[in-house]
Amino acid sequence: MMQFIHKYGSPRYYYQWSRGWQKWLAIITVALLAIGLYQSFFVAPPDYQQGETVRIMYIHVPAAWMSMFVYMVMAFSGIVALVWRIKVAEIVIGECAVLGASFTAMALITGMLWGKPMWGTYWVWDARLTSELVLLFLYFGVIALHGAFDDPRTGAKAAAILAIVGIINIPIIKYSVEWWNTLHQGPSVTKLDKPSMHISMLIPLLIMAIAFKTFFLSLLFMRSRAELLSREKNASWVKEIVKEMS
Amino acid sequence: MKEFFAMGGYAFFVWTSYAIVAFLMIANVVMARMKRKKIIREMQHLAEES
Repeated sequence: MMQFIHKYGSPRYYYQWSRGWQKWLAIITVALLAIGLYQSFFVAPPDYQQGETVRIMYIHVPAAWMSMFVYMVMAFSGIVALVWRIKVAEIVIGECAVLGASFTAMALITGMLWGKPMWGTYWVWDARLTSELVLLFLYFGVIALHGAFDDPRTGAKAAAILAIVGIINIPIIKYSVEWWNTLHQGPSVTKLDKPSMHISMLIPLLIMAIAFKTFFLSLLFMRSRAELLSREKNASWVKEIVKEMS
Repeated sequence: MKEFFAMGGYAFFVWTSYAIVAFLMIANVVMARMKRKKIIREMQHLAEES
């Protein structure tokens, strides 16, 4: 494990191996979005209760899943950054926070736009909605801490601690619909039983979910590679790369 | 076609959702590219100076 982290987390090697991944994940994202959007609008039927508003689900649910997935990636990087002092992990914390905040905002906004016609209100302070809003503020906190110090490594350490402490919010979000009486409905896909969703809706949803994931990973590589160049600007391998580019 | 855009009377909610998500996704790509360009430009300046 340690060997693996040190190898793939070494700045120079990371910059090399992530290049191809970034490019291919971007291509896969475009393809999956095309298929997923086509299916969401033209193959999936309107819901018998929600009518056409069910189409909001195909972006709302993937965004909401990503808001939690990105958080876990960020918190894991936080642990790696604190324990092994891997520079790449320190960078990943900050880039995850920016991307995670975007996904959380997407989940909240699309949820509100679905809630208005279906629940009759844009917002209600139930456990699911409130804990998701707390997640957005956690991301803002990590972004702020990450950039609050003159030394970026100190900032990354502070941000890592907040990210790790904030993990507590993830199970709260996930199980909020079961622990409390929420207006938000329970899970339809991620439960031990068979998913209670027809296959014609499940397939576009899963395609969109994978598309969001590859979208995130591609952008994470792109942002962290750029940041890495800037942090390592005095290293000779970076100077060579810059020389080649001009 | 008209029926498709009407979304069963929920056009505002469905299309606003998709528009905002599309905007945020595109903004993220543009921001990432700008970040990369800015950093590379700064470093090229630095290299020229030394």
